[in-house]
Amino acid sequence: MQQIERELRQFVVDNFLFGEGEEQLSNEDSFLEKGLIDSMGILNLVNYVQEKFAVTVADEELIPENWDSVRRVAEFVESKRKAAA
Amino acid sequence: MCGIAGVINLDGTPVEINRLAPMVRPLRHRGPDEEGLFQDGAVGLVHSRLSIIDLSGGRQPMQNCARSACIVFNGEIFNFVELMEFLEGKGHRFATRSDTEVILNLYTEYGLDCVHHMNGQWAFALWDAGKKRMFLSRDRFGILPLFYARVGRSLVFASEIKSVLAFPGVQVEMDLEALRQVFTYWSPLAPRTPFRNVFQLPAGHSLIVEDGEIRVQQYYGLDYSETNSKAQVSPVEEQHCAEELSDLLMDSTRIRLRADVPVGAYLSGGLDSSIITALAQKYVGSSLCTFSVAFQDRGLDESAYQEEVVRALATTHRTIRCTEGEIGRVLPEVVWHTECPILRTAPAPLFLLSKLVRESGFKVVLTGEGADEFQGGYDIYKEAKIRAFWAAQVDSKRRPLLLSRLYPYLSGLQKQSPAYLQAFFHVDGNGPGDPLFSHIPRWGLTAKSHLFFSADVRAAWRGESDYTDMQQLLPARFGSWDLFSRAQYLEGRFLLPGYLLSSQGDRMSMAHSIEARYPFLDHRVVEFSSRISPRLKMKVLREKFLLKRALSRMIPKAVAERPKQPYRAPDAASLFDPATHQARHEYVNDMLSPRRIHDYGIFDPAPVQKLVEKAKAGRAVGFLDNAALVGILTTQLLIDQFFVHLKEGFSDAANRAGIAPVCR
Repeated sequence: MQQIERELRQFVVDNFLFGEGEEQLSNEDSFLEKGLIDSMGILNLVNYVQEKFAVTVADEELIPENWDSVRRVAEFVESKRKAAA
Repeated sequence: MCGIAGVINLDGTPVEINRLAPMVRPLRHRGPDEEGLFQDGAVGLVHSRLSIIDLSGGRQPMQNCARSACIVFNGEIFNFVELMEFLEGKGHRFATRSDTEVILNLYTEYGLDCVHHMNGQWAFALWDAGKKRMFLSRDRFGILPLFYARVGRSLVFASEIKSVLAFPGVQVEMDLEALRQVFTYWSPLAPRTPFRNVFQLPAGHSLIVEDGEIRVQQYYGLDYSETNSKAQVSPVEEQHCAEELSDLLMDSTRIRLRADVPVGAYLSGGLDSSIITALAQKYVGSSLCTFSVAFQDRGLDESAYQEEVVRALATTHRTIRCTEGEIGRVLPEVVWHTECPILRTAPAPLFLLSKLVRESGFKVVLTGEGADEFQGGYDIYKEAKIRAFWAAQVDSKRRPLLLSRLYPYLSGLQKQSPAYLQAFFHVDGNGPGDPLFSHIPRWGLTAKSHLFFSADVRAAWRGESDYTDMQQLLPARFGSWDLFSRAQYLEGRFLLPGYLLSSQGDRMSMAHSIEARYPFLDHRVVEFSSRISPRLKMKVLREKFLLKRALSRMIPKAVAERPKQPYRAPDAASLFDPATHQARHEYVNDMLSPRRIHDYGIFDPAPVQKLVEKAKAGRAVGFLDNAALVGILTTQLLIDQFFVHLKEGFSDAANRAGIAPVCR
């Protein structure tokens, strides 16, 4: 879980913060509230998660509860993996 | 059309010709047919001409018969025939049949108020030798450019910044505040330009030099105070409005076909250019030539609709098919002409299109800009309407669905949850009260690009809060207008002249000596549209309702009823090949390299590198990534061409301008 969270965080920092202001991002911060990710960005993140962690994301799983912070995405990935195992 | 330039020494000392003469060379692409120079003591004027009206008689600089005034003029006065007749009736004599001489005599008759009688597009400098007064003017909507700078005791002015910079002693310095504006509003706010100390005369303004004093004054502005905001418009009224709009557009197109050379038309495949093409065809007959841009990317390509119009109206048609590689290849040349960073590559295909038009033997085209702004076409108007509607009932589950329906071409948006849409579109109960409500999502998103700027630049911006620079430019009555009128004003006053008519308009067409004419920007059409009810422009969410009602019968049904598609070109994909993950052109690597970014000092190399990697991986898909990438690259190109290698640029430009003049 920690490993997933680290990798996700790195992806978010590189791709949405472009490495800037990393210290101000906590893993619980809401992407929406912080205005971090534009409308296409979530899909970018979804693609990354699908490729990197070999999980399949269904349309109905595209809800803020799953995608709105580093922690939430990590938890979502973890639950998908458990379900697949 | 043409290029103009000049200088006036405020202390009355004579102009040195050897300082004035270099200003004409960088303008040769605007007017390759003839060059002319005029000097009268402290005043010098130069002109490079593209002959369109009165080919033999319209030489410039031109003096009036009494030799009391002299003018250099870029543009067209479309009602010159009527004005000439009127002035002759008042006893004025004409030595030519050109619109240039009409301005001279109109000025003699009305002085500075002469512009109110003119229907057209212009930038001119008129020297009144009797009053010792220099009078510069730019048309109502900013179709044609005019820049100026103070250099010691001189005021220098020209159609393009590069010509101003060719005057000895002009400091070439970046205006960091203008840069912040580009990366927020998509263009500098007039009178700023990307160059410190070089200013643009705002649309609808005059600049007067008299008694050693310079004053800039507004003679025209968009106004929505008279807008009919009645809740209901009766069917009879609606019918009358449709007829009036139709009559106005017919006349506006008719007078824009006046030329002593053939006139063609740009055809995008959308509603506006199709209507203009249909109207022009009516007057021109079967010989109308149309020109289009097509793309490989099927998501952007509109050729199916273009062909539909060509078939229905039987025009003679030519298309330029733009590849990503080609767009990337011409971008440096495009920046030489825009003289401003751009956030999209969309001007590049229009640069290629004007070349095709020129090679086809044309100098003049009609084009459809101005309908989206003033006839209620833009999605941003619709978006603002939906956001206001939603904000009135923030918890509604159904209202946000309207927003995802609004952008059918943004596939990413379709999958977003209501909570996401609500945050993205800034919907909360207080929103619609903000005078800038309609545009805050766009500007806020664009301004996120500020993270790419270097610490030094960001330090220089400190103290600049969000939109105060914009707010200071708004008229006092702005806040009292309805939401829709405010949104139209912001588009028409800022984005239209600042980007669409300049970087994507005049500068791209004139790069190949093509004059573009805009029937939707006839002031009679714009004023009519500012009086009628917003409900007629956008009925519920049906955009350009009245325009369609008035004229869609003239174009194929499939085009009249198609969903609106904004004109876009491939951005990141034109710079990096997603298949090979490599830059398509070496200059892209060079300009975006950490070393070059560091040397030019505007951006921070680290985040730029991350963005470049993202683009190479083909993951730069969002608006912000693309806008930042194109914006950073074109800023680097601007610095490289205008700050580092300006001299080479001048000699290249002189070589490039060796286009054969079209003679007919």
